[in-house]
Amino acid sequence: MSKKIETTTCYHCGDLCDPIEIISDEKSFCCNGCKTVYEIFSENDLTCYYDLQSAPGTTPAEISGKYDFLENQEIANKLLEFDDGKHQIITFYIPTIHCSSCIWVLENLNKLQASVTTSQVNFPKKTVRITFMSEELSLMQLVLLMSSIGYEPYISLEDYTSGKKAVDRQLIYKLGVAGFAFGNIMFLSFPEYFEVNEFWLDRYKLVFRWIMLLFSIPVVFYSGWDYFVSAYKGLRSKILNIDVPIALGISVLFLRSIAEVVFDLGSGFFDSLTGLIFFLLIGKYFQQRTYSFLSFERDYKSYFPIAVTRIDTYKNEKTVQVYEIKKGDRLLIRNDELIPVDGILISGNALVDYSFVTGEATAVQKISGDKLFAGGKQLSGVIEIEALKSVEQSYLTQLWGNEAFKEDKVQAFNSLIDSISKRFTIVVLAIAFISTAFWMYHDSTKALNVFTAVLIIACPCAIALATPFTLGNMLRIFGQQKFYLKNANVIERIAKITMIVFDKTGTITTNKKSVINYEGEALSEQEEVLLFNLVRASNHPLSRQLYDTLSVKEIIKFDTFEEIIGKGIEATHNGITIKVGSAKYVNYSGELNSLQTSVYLQLDGKYKGRFNFQNTYREGLNDVFEALNTNSKLAILSGDNEGERERLRSLLPKGTTLLFQQNPQQKLDFVKDLQQKGERVMMIGDGLNDAGALAQSDVGIVVSENINVFSPACDGILDASHFSRLPSYFNVSKKSLKIIKWSFVFSFIYNITGLYFAITGNLLPVIAAILMPLSSISIVVFTTIATAYEGKMLRKK
Amino acid sequence: MSIIYLLLAISIVIAIGFFIVFIISVQKGQYDDVYTPSIRMLFDDELVKETPKTKPTKTEKQD
Repeated sequence: MSKKIETTTCYHCGDLCDPIEIISDEKSFCCNGCKTVYEIFSENDLTCYYDLQSAPGTTPAEISGKYDFLENQEIANKLLEFDDGKHQIITFYIPTIHCSSCIWVLENLNKLQASVTTSQVNFPKKTVRITFMSEELSLMQLVLLMSSIGYEPYISLEDYTSGKKAVDRQLIYKLGVAGFAFGNIMFLSFPEYFEVNEFWLDRYKLVFRWIMLLFSIPVVFYSGWDYFVSAYKGLRSKILNIDVPIALGISVLFLRSIAEVVFDLGSGFFDSLTGLIFFLLIGKYFQQRTYSFLSFERDYKSYFPIAVTRIDTYKNEKTVQVYEIKKGDRLLIRNDELIPVDGILISGNALVDYSFVTGEATAVQKISGDKLFAGGKQLSGVIEIEALKSVEQSYLTQLWGNEAFKEDKVQAFNSLIDSISKRFTIVVLAIAFISTAFWMYHDSTKALNVFTAVLIIACPCAIALATPFTLGNMLRIFGQQKFYLKNANVIERIAKITMIVFDKTGTITTNKKSVINYEGEALSEQEEVLLFNLVRASNHPLSRQLYDTLSVKEIIKFDTFEEIIGKGIEATHNGITIKVGSAKYVNYSGELNSLQTSVYLQLDGKYKGRFNFQNTYREGLNDVFEALNTNSKLAILSGDNEGERERLRSLLPKGTTLLFQQNPQQKLDFVKDLQQKGERVMMIGDGLNDAGALAQSDVGIVVSENINVFSPACDGILDASHFSRLPSYFNVSKKSLKIIKWSFVFSFIYNITGLYFAITGNLLPVIAAILMPLSSISIVVFTTIATAYEGKMLRKK
Repeated sequence: MSIIYLLLAISIVIAIGFFIVFIISVQKGQYDDVYTPSIRMLFDDELVKETPKTKPTKTEKQD
């Protein structure tokens, strides 16, 4: 321990070594945990870890008894991928994986523990798949080993309920088939484009054509099948979606080509046909690619623990699966554990952090006999509770039974392309029939030819590509700006939002730091030192916050120190007694402000003053609200009390709706109500209490300080550090729609050119083969350049 | 029969062969993670540097 003025950074994790610095092996560490990890690595010749990246580690968390449930065979079996009695395979999700050193050390686990056979990291997904010998190493020991080196796996109730999900690779297969056939058909049809009367070509033309026909069959019936299904579904529900003209184009192309080959009329349009499907699928693939390390479908299950400690009537402790908890069960909740069911506090000091489930900013103190709600996190020591309900019936988890969670937002949304395709299809069919009627009258031999040619050339390939490429590019640009969207459709929905509803705690406030103002007698330097050292020794969240704001750096040793959980802390130094805690604890009898969180200070039996904790709003909040207010209405829904009403009033533009003490169901109903009034609502929230409103809203965005930890089901996750950029994300979404509209204009020009050839009855395969890819590629190039430009502007701001 | 039929057949069989290989590699999940292998490749060099120290113990364990 030293009294250094300049601060060093930890060799292992890179954090500031403050207030304690531990020196070992001539390197500084911020805590014993980091030092231990370093020692483990150096003993096993794994110091290479530090060569790959400087300060790559994360501080290991203290754990005791947390993973006891892994000894329960039934739970373990659910988590294991493979188990033959000797070898076991398991995949862990490890949120702390962040650099190449992590991959290296996790893949070298067998150097730390010889019973690990292999381990393989999937970096984008932040998972590691481990094969180990179960006779020598139990699952729990493995998890403890990984936790001790700072790679604690995240195991939640979701891992227990959902089996291993099969990866859907259908689209890649379809793309593969289409690409394979397209390439081969291009080779085979190339000689015919030039119509040279060459002996060899003439002789084998038929063979080539039949091979092309064979190649195109799987493309139409396998790769392109989705378009027929979608068109059929659309027609059945009386919607002319974009897939209707596409399916029509594909079938006409295919049938006419077959007819041409069978009756030896020409070479058919197999090249255009396969090329069309290939390009369409590329667009689909491009749009589908998303962030594998994020999940947008989470519910309470991925936040809740798998197991909990149950105490039976004989005072025996046993870990049980949370679904087995029945009414009346006694449960043991340790420090930092989650309360899985609604219950009554029996014994122990409960300090429960409900910020995630109700939106209350500060942890609440509970005494024996109080009701505790599921989802709260216990912060001080061990408590015992009695379950009142089962997991599914608890106050919070009931919310997931609401209909809002079953709706498909993409289906309900009428996108730009749908409205265009409707008119487009009608116009194309009209042109086809009119031109056919014209040719029937003039030269009936050409009529069928013209009819099919119009449908072929008008196939809206370029239109269908404009949306996926523009929105797919935008999705990536947003991702670079730490705004992660679930799918491309969300961008279109954002552009149409008319009202934005914010949650307060954790969304527009930050829980990283808080503003504390002092009220009372000024403190001398010596008194400040005393206070600083007192709060330094306490782990209470308020003490930690207070500690962070004090700037004294002198460390002293107390003669006595006592922490009375739930009340306060007290210490003596050179005969001076210092007490910090609740009003009651320091015998403060003055006026109390029940809406504000305060900590009271007493020195030598005399009341000195109090520290008031205020919410800290995110930087640039004012500007964000002003900018958003120009285009949409705003509202704030908070689960917290009204203590901040006046401050919010002064911060926010006039006309903003402010509602406090809203429970999760009320939030959902509020959004629903707005939607019934015709508003398109965006909900911006952060916790489980917003989950209902997020699901109900047209676009639900979650603000997160750390995108790797849990966030409820939503349409997008915004990194809290980029909160102030929100208005520009709105602008760019609107611009994306403009880009799509321009692409439509270009593809219409191509279509009209093509229609000229089609209507006059001059559509040769070579013209179709040039025009179709040309229009598709130019649209892709245009959208890529336009979106890249928008992305550049976004980065500059 | 003309040799061109044989050549065509061979070329198509080879093409389909490659196509099947592609499908199998997708099926086995080779394209699921295209990032980590690019980093893993670089680690082999790091390991070589310290092999004199670790090699004896390593071979013992494996045997």
